[in-house]
Amino acid sequence: MSGAAPTMADQALASGEPTPLLEVRNLRTYFPVRKGIVFTRTVGELRAVDGVSFTIGRGETLGLVGESGCGKTTIGRCILKLEQPSGGNIVFDGHDITEQDGARMFEYRRRVQSIFQDPYSSLNPRMCVGDIISEPLLIHHIEADFIARANRVKTLLDTCGLPRDLADRYPHEMSGGQRQRVGIARALALRPDFVICDEAVSALDVSIQAQIIRLLEDLRDEFGLTYLFISHDLSVVRHICHRVAVMYLGKLVEIGDCDAIFRDPRHPYTQALLTAVPVPDPAIEKGRTHEYIGGEVPSPINPPPGCVFHPRCAQAEAACKVNIPAMEALPDGRQIACPVVRRKLDA
Amino acid sequence: MGGLLEIENLVVEFQTPGGVLQAVNGISYGVAPGEIVALVGESGSGKSVSALAVLGLVPTPPGRIVSGHIRFDGNDLLSMDAKAIRGIRGRHISMIFQEPMTSLNPVLSIQRQLTEAMRLHLGLSKSQARERAVELLNMVGMSDPERRLAQYPHQLSGGMRQRVMIAMALSCEPKLIIADEPTTALDVTIQAQILSLIQDLCKRLGVSLVIITHNLGVVARYADRVNVMYAGRIVEHATTEALYAKPSHPYTVGLLKSVLRLDQDRGAPLDPIPGNPPDLTALGDGCAFAPRCAFATGRCRREIPPLTAIADDHRSACFEIAALHRGQAA
Repeated sequence: MSGAAPTMADQALASGEPTPLLEVRNLRTYFPVRKGIVFTRTVGELRAVDGVSFTIGRGETLGLVGESGCGKTTIGRCILKLEQPSGGNIVFDGHDITEQDGARMFEYRRRVQSIFQDPYSSLNPRMCVGDIISEPLLIHHIEADFIARANRVKTLLDTCGLPRDLADRYPHEMSGGQRQRVGIARALALRPDFVICDEAVSALDVSIQAQIIRLLEDLRDEFGLTYLFISHDLSVVRHICHRVAVMYLGKLVEIGDCDAIFRDPRHPYTQALLTAVPVPDPAIEKGRTHEYIGGEVPSPINPPPGCVFHPRCAQAEAACKVNIPAMEALPDGRQIACPVVRRKLDA
Repeated sequence: MGGLLEIENLVVEFQTPGGVLQAVNGISYGVAPGEIVALVGESGSGKSVSALAVLGLVPTPPGRIVSGHIRFDGNDLLSMDAKAIRGIRGRHISMIFQEPMTSLNPVLSIQRQLTEAMRLHLGLSKSQARERAVELLNMVGMSDPERRLAQYPHQLSGGMRQRVMIAMALSCEPKLIIADEPTTALDVTIQAQILSLIQDLCKRLGVSLVIITHNLGVVARYADRVNVMYAGRIVEHATTEALYAKPSHPYTVGLLKSVLRLDQDRGAPLDPIPGNPPDLTALGDGCAFAPRCAFATGRCRREIPPLTAIADDHRSACFEIAALHRGQAA
């Protein structure tokens, strides 16, 4: 860890085994692939998420990274109950929420909020900012009084670094960075425990992106929030997350401490991913390897047998084409799904 | 400076309902043969518009090239008529666009789209053009080129489509390629493949490249020289090494501090530039960056700082460079 002051999360992590706030067990989400217009029939299934397990401790930020189509957003949608998983369990604060619905879900939906990627389409253009932020308060019968609600909105605008007079304005009058701040204020309105940030800063310009990341970090420390931070931008994940999970084609390939994985990636896919990201410093770039993996991500409708990464993997062996690798723990506490690397480490 | 492409004092405006939008405010830069030059900036900094102006592709109206010169190989492109420009566009200067999904025509086969420019500009017959198309697809690393030619864009992945775009850009052996955010829509592993391919082909074929990007990592890895743009002006120009080693404009410094790096641990200090980019329809008198700048003085708010040389091949548009460098040293 660098010289920065320890955050609440760091202290929680240091105080021994924290109880996980969220546990995802063997989550599977398959989408049917249909053919025909009149006589529709199911001809296959798309395995968006295929047996993913992880936990997130209180106050912890878990990064979920991978390329487009690897299933990271689907996991977020399953946790938000916007998608019904085909199998597996999602346990939040000790309660299995996979099969729950109706009134019991009401409290869950208050405690779990999300911030979306596109600040242009995730705000209702016909509602003014004050209404956007206070709508969740109204729905959840918090601050029933009009004046109290307006005050709460003002506090939230302050918290998110927005001027108070913005409450009467509409989304089209604002810049992308301001809209994203409104989205964050809306997510915080119900004082959630857990926030899913799905590519929350990906659509923003570099200087604005840095402002929003600062805000997310400050809010995490101030309110003790737990984040699931979904992103394809590895540098952002590197900055904000305590732990990181790397996905490829619906499966986890490596999960563990963020600093450890970025300093010394073990799974061949994680290594390939990190090599591909350029560092903004020509002096360092000159010394780096510029050998990139070839090929493209295969279709999740017809994934390769065995390890899904084997067609692009330089270390693949005959067994990789047959056996599906399981997640195994390494001595430093991380888990990887690659028996080849595992064996080399033991030797 | 200069050589193949020279842009001088280019000014481009757009007429909008909110007033006249100053997209490009008098920029000058040059591209030497075989060189890779980057234009870096955030959205609205005018980097794409300045490139579109080179190809005569600024939509008019609402856009208008107010003044300036664009010299390519000794000819002033802005004084040419539409027909003469067509003889250069696609032949000597070609373009790779950002969106491989939307920049290919969905109802024409790859062969038709890839061979069109060659048949038009080089006068090749259908079979000659097809032969060359196969060669080109091989060159950009596409498997099974014969079959690809018969396919349509929707049958290809994003990375494959961008490879087709590159093949198309190279088809007439141009002297200059302008790549506008060529990999922004692609995944990281594919981005690395495509950029290395473009760099490799340009160096091998001696083609100059103007790469427009917002990604400072991409600049560090691929560019020879860099122009940093802010609110329609070039605020700093330098070789890539000099720009990163000694950034000499407060905006460049802020941008480099805002960028998150893979080689920095969690909790590394993040020092974002405060405020928002300016409204291009209401630019004031002084330096456009002054409202967000920690070094701004009264002079910065009254006068626009000119782009002046501070070292060999290193220019910056800032009155307070001395203060900036003192701040960096401290």
